[in-house]
Amino acid sequence: MTTGQLILNGIAAFLTLCIFSFLYKDNPFYKFAERLVAGVATGYWTILLYHTNFTDKVIEPIFINGQYHYIIPAVLGIMMWTRFSRKWSWISRYPIAFYIGIGSGVSITVYLYTYLFKQLQATISTPLTLDLAGLNVLIIVIAVLSALIYFFFSSAHKGIFNVASRFGIYVIMIGFGAGFGLTVMGRVALLVQRIIFLRDYIVALFGG
Amino acid sequence: MRDFLEKMMLIDRRWIYLAIGLAVIIPAIKSFHVPVAVSPEVRKVYEFVDDAKPGEYIFLCFDYNPSTMAEMNPMAYAILNQAFNKDLKVILVTLDQFGAGMVEEIATRVAANHKKVLGEDYCFLGYRPYPAIVILAMGIDFRVPFPADYYGTPLDSMSVMQGIKNFYDVKGVIEITGGSTADFWIIYGNGRYDFPLALGLTGVMSADYYQYLQSGQIFGIIPGVKGAAEYETLVGFPGEGMAQMPYQVIAHIVILLFIIISNVAYFASRKKKGKLGGGV
Repeated sequence: MTTGQLILNGIAAFLTLCIFSFLYKDNPFYKFAERLVAGVATGYWTILLYHTNFTDKVIEPIFINGQYHYIIPAVLGIMMWTRFSRKWSWISRYPIAFYIGIGSGVSITVYLYTYLFKQLQATISTPLTLDLAGLNVLIIVIAVLSALIYFFFSSAHKGIFNVASRFGIYVIMIGFGAGFGLTVMGRVALLVQRIIFLRDYIVALFGG
Repeated sequence: MRDFLEKMMLIDRRWIYLAIGLAVIIPAIKSFHVPVAVSPEVRKVYEFVDDAKPGEYIFLCFDYNPSTMAEMNPMAYAILNQAFNKDLKVILVTLDQFGAGMVEEIATRVAANHKKVLGEDYCFLGYRPYPAIVILAMGIDFRVPFPADYYGTPLDSMSVMQGIKNFYDVKGVIEITGGSTADFWIIYGNGRYDFPLALGLTGVMSADYYQYLQSGQIFGIIPGVKGAAEYETLVGFPGEGMAQMPYQVIAHIVILLFIIISNVAYFASRKKKGKLGGGV
């Protein structure tokens, strides 16, 4: 590791420990590191948006390439900024309406297809067979219906409805359990990556 | 014993942090091997890339940032290593605003190891904001959102992009993400253009996406760092994923111990309250 890398990694190690110090309690070192991250991220993103959006969607097409139809979205974008004025904020409704209209038109069909039709099809169209795959399908169908029944409040949860509802809550809890287990793994991964980084830095610093 | 358990119910959370902190230091001093069993959903992603013929194209989307790189980087390295090892042509993109620098570093490093040339063997398109719009536009032509690559080179001037127009010209898309872009790829990518899609996800997200595997909307999932370790095992490239496994084992044992102790303490204290007439 070169001297420059040692210094840069030293700063990273210091900031890592600053963030970890919050586990004990809130303190100025944590606040410094947190605000540094927020500041750097905001500055970076602002410049990035300028270069990836404003330069090649406004400046270059209109002022360099003479593609004047780009003026229309640019004006719509400027109209959004009237939100900051009480007097003129009504103007911003036009670009918002335009945006929502396009968004809805593009999204509604693919959302229905992806989230509803494909999921329904996968749940009901797989054939029930007398093997493990068939058992899997049966469990999926029963689990889906039971979980839905748990959230169905239009009739009292009595009799078979109550049994299905009780089974539904177990299904939901199994789902939450899987989510919790994977979340723990993810959070530990973040900790471990920092621990490995600190270990490697100490080894590089002291030549252990 | 019961008093001890009741005290455990009131333990300061910082002792738990300290216990886990100390526990994960053990493998840092003396590591050990953890055998990794490969799950079918990870194997499917591996086989998809492995079945591709040299010269075929795969599209890799690394939509993550430093906050999730601990889980995502191992997957990215393993897949990119496998792709270059198989002499596949790779198109890279990121739809995360903080991802471009990391993707560039990974691509440059792995490409150098395999002696692959930018513009000839692979292409890094860079970053554009608004993932849904970018995915829809790439489905028409990669050149619509990305007339030039990350370095400003026009796509048409690169040999790797000759004759490559959109998703229909690549074998499939592998999306590695720590955020909501997975939904955008399922909805606007697979939903709109129906290309083969696989996801590499953080552990937190993974459980929410298995229904898409069952429905066939995605053909594989690499779930969290465990999935990354499985992929590294398949590729024969032990990296950060495998390195993290001993830490994961120790940390999980400590967490499980705390869960067991707290549950025993909870039921013991509930029983005592019941006897005193203040039961739940």
